[in-house]
Amino acid sequence: MEATVVPLPLPVLPEGWEGENGFKVIGKITKESASQRTLEPVGPYFLAHARRARHKRTFSEDDRIQAQERAKKVEDDNDSEISEPEDAMMLQRDAKDWKTQDHYKVLGLSKYRYKATEEQIKRAHRKKVLKHHPDKKAAAGRADDDNFFKCIQKATEILLDPVKRRQYDSVDEEADVDPPTKKQLAKGNYYKLWGNVFKSEARFSKVHPVPSFGDENSTKEEVENFYNFWYNFDSWRTFEYLDEDVPDDNENRDQKRHMERKNANARKKKKAEDNARLRKLLDDCSAGDERIKRFRQEANAAKNKKRLEREAAEKKAAEEARLKKEAEEKAAKEAEEKAKADREAAKKAKEAAKNAVKKNKRVLRGSVKDANYFVEGDASAATIDAVLGDVELVQAKIDADEIAALAGKLNGLKVADEIKSVWKEEVERLVAAGKIKEGEVKALVA
Amino acid sequence: MGDHGSKAGVEPSERTAIGIAFGNSNSSIAYVVDDKAEVIANEDGDRQIPTILSYVDGDEYYGQQAKNFLVRNPNNSVAYFRDFLGKEFRSIDPTHNHASAHPQESGETVLFTVKDKAGEEEAASELSVSEVVTRYLRRLVNSASEYLGKKVTSAVITVPTNFNEKQRAALIAAANAADLEVLQLISEPVASVLAYDGRAENKIQDKIIVVAELGGTRSDVAVVANRGGMYTLLATVHDYEFHGVALDKVLMDHFAKEFMKKNSGASDPRENAKSLAKLRLEAESTKRALSLGTNASFSVESLADGLDFASTINRLRYETIARTIFEGFNRLVESAVKKAGLDVLDVDEVILSGGTAHTPRIAANFRYIFPQTTRILAPSTETTAINPSELQARGAALQASLVQEYEAEDIEQSTHAAVTTVPHVTNAIGVISTNDAGEEVFVPIVPPETAVPARRTVHLSAPKGGDVLVKVVEGNTHIKVTKPEPRTKENGTSKAAKVEDADEDGDDDSDFSDDEEEEDEEKREKVWKIGSTLAEAGIKGVKKGGKVEVSITVGVDLSVMITAREVGAQGGVRGTLVSS
Repeated sequence: MEATVVPLPLPVLPEGWEGENGFKVIGKITKESASQRTLEPVGPYFLAHARRARHKRTFSEDDRIQAQERAKKVEDDNDSEISEPEDAMMLQRDAKDWKTQDHYKVLGLSKYRYKATEEQIKRAHRKKVLKHHPDKKAAAGRADDDNFFKCIQKATEILLDPVKRRQYDSVDEEADVDPPTKKQLAKGNYYKLWGNVFKSEARFSKVHPVPSFGDENSTKEEVENFYNFWYNFDSWRTFEYLDEDVPDDNENRDQKRHMERKNANARKKKKAEDNARLRKLLDDCSAGDERIKRFRQEANAAKNKKRLEREAAEKKAAEEARLKKEAEEKAAKEAEEKAKADREAAKKAKEAAKNAVKKNKRVLRGSVKDANYFVEGDASAATIDAVLGDVELVQAKIDADEIAALAGKLNGLKVADEIKSVWKEEVERLVAAGKIKEGEVKALVA
Repeated sequence: MGDHGSKAGVEPSERTAIGIAFGNSNSSIAYVVDDKAEVIANEDGDRQIPTILSYVDGDEYYGQQAKNFLVRNPNNSVAYFRDFLGKEFRSIDPTHNHASAHPQESGETVLFTVKDKAGEEEAASELSVSEVVTRYLRRLVNSASEYLGKKVTSAVITVPTNFNEKQRAALIAAANAADLEVLQLISEPVASVLAYDGRAENKIQDKIIVVAELGGTRSDVAVVANRGGMYTLLATVHDYEFHGVALDKVLMDHFAKEFMKKNSGASDPRENAKSLAKLRLEAESTKRALSLGTNASFSVESLADGLDFASTINRLRYETIARTIFEGFNRLVESAVKKAGLDVLDVDEVILSGGTAHTPRIAANFRYIFPQTTRILAPSTETTAINPSELQARGAALQASLVQEYEAEDIEQSTHAAVTTVPHVTNAIGVISTNDAGEEVFVPIVPPETAVPARRTVHLSAPKGGDVLVKVVEGNTHIKVTKPEPRTKENGTSKAAKVEDADEDGDDDSDFSDDEEEEDEEKREKVWKIGSTLAEAGIKGVKKGGKVEVSITVGVDLSVMITAREVGAQGGVRGTLVSS
């Protein structure tokens, strides 16, 4: 802020006022007399405040640095345009060959080329004129040395005329960026290399903005947009600059017309060639564009997705059916085997039971024999018969379990009385159970 | 405030930045050409673009075209959606959406159901409010890009001061979805102040500014301290009762009654949705016409029951029927000044902003509240005033042009709380001078509410020359009320008479007749009170009629550096007060 002028007067210094170097500290501002508030981060003065706060500068430091920066800027501008060295070959050029001269280089603008603004061209021109004016050369003892000065004038004339400048820009090969070679592409950087090519080609576009080439993350829409734009490229490029000179004498009208026709045809041909060149460029570029391949794959994948899903479902169903069938077969087989084993086991058990019965029966018969058929001395054949007949009878009346039980009781008994009592008991039980009629068995109970 | 866009990748050199005033009712876009902010007209030629989207047969319309569709296609038109952004359904006020698509609850956000695709069989789609904002911003950006002939990449957007972090984040996300980098979100009142301060002829002064933003659906008043071009909000008030739509409502009621009086037996046009929409649209244009001329016509074809209606209204009548609303604006401004702990005498400038601020009556009322020394910046009171509807967009555009060269990270760091939150001195710092009567008076050099670090310089005169004393003191203001003569009178009758007067000539506001009477009697003035002394400096041997330059620098630690010297002379006196 500038100093404000207050019209009011200052009081007179009282008599006897004393201060150290004319200054006396009396009070101070305390923290209590300040409040923390938030500044609105808006406006040039806030940005200056932010700059001071971030770089921890005081007011006077910031003023000085800002002034320096501003001063430097102007110098930089001057520097950047005269910094381009002038090569000796160029200085010796003949002004008559203006068609082949590099106008931007003549003015020292070769790094700007089609990007150079009118302002820059004017400033560059002025700078070059100051240096190469014939009068200055004359002062240095080289009279009539205005050759390069003419080159400068011609370059300025062309570059400051929008129509002529376009004609020159159209054929300015220095501004072209060559398409990358396979070797370069092999190192990667596909998108950057091709992007630079199209950036330089974009200077011919009638339509702006030109879509950018993008990178590997560009969306399908962006990529399609880019290729559509370039395949339908609307170029202002013309080739008039390369026309052959038309004789402008009025003597030979036919010759003049012939030349004009020839030029027109040459232009048309060159334009067609240029279009073909651009098309080839695009074809080459799109052929190697991984993004297009990826989008195609993605599209195919989406299309095939349904079919694949259906096929997968069918496959899965078939697999499931097969597994189910196998499981069933296995279960049936197991069941069969189990039944067979069961049958065999039953058969074995039956035979074992039969053997046991036979054995028991033998025990029964043996018991009566051990008891000597319940008689003293040798038993008569009739007695033996009767007893064995009764044993047979009893055996026939009872089942295998009862035989086994009876055999158990009899087993080990050797005393005839005991054996007899067992038999008697058994017969009485059977009689009681009504299986044997009273008196049917005599020999055993006698 | 870390209000920078999260969308990275736009290099400062490739930016085309605009300012967007994104309002609930209307929005504007602006661009800076040759250090001057220009508001861009869209394809329809509108500089105030209604914040409305409308879908008809799959075509999207926005702005005035969409607004016209509110009559025929209300269900597929989305309006007044800005304030719903980043809010939950239960905390929104759907009053103004009665005549357009209704907001619906959807989890954390709000959505609208509209048919935005062509064809009978297409189902209506559900658009979240952020999707609506994205679509609308995309249209604004397209308009700007077409106007400028290059693609707009970045913007500074204005938001109300009471937009919370969630709403800000939602707005930035919605803008990023529309392929727009948000350089910064700035508050609306400060954008308006910047629009005035950004004018080439403007000189930076220390002043207190009241920004009255009178919009369509809300009114916000902010008290802003401008200290050397740095802005600090001292108080804000928000109101959702007194606004442009309320004024429309008054006119709608007036004409609806007149219509029914003229056509006996006709039904009330306010009962029928379509008639109501027609009424509303015409009432708004009548209101606009009344801001420019003293008479305005109102005509609607087939208003209700197939009956046409045409009528006129003069400004006086309008101001009478809308009096309660105008008074509401007055109270709002007064409450804001009070909330800031200030008096109307402290206010140096009143900026009227927003569409409703065109109304001459409001500016006239404010002229009446504030003292004569206060500038009321409205089209009807100052010829140099900027169009109130364009202030915010211009301010945003100026800010955009300032920050567009910054890296996104630089913007974030510059707007970080560590940089924005600074101590502000409560008391003024100044020197003692003598007035004609020989009394000691306070000359403020650093005014109160100044953010530190701050540096101020003044030139004081020493007419007699010789040795002078520079006595640096703290100072404070108070309002001195002098009552010339206590006189008695019947308050009741005079008051009644006054009210009648006011109604008859329509020039005075009866609500203030009370205060006015007292103010007529007593003289209120702002006087400086001298506080504690900070330092003294003696300058010896000043030339007769010479000038003394006093420079005060308050550091961020509240230390005070004082330099005093005679202008044009060598040396001088310098000293520092260390803060406790």
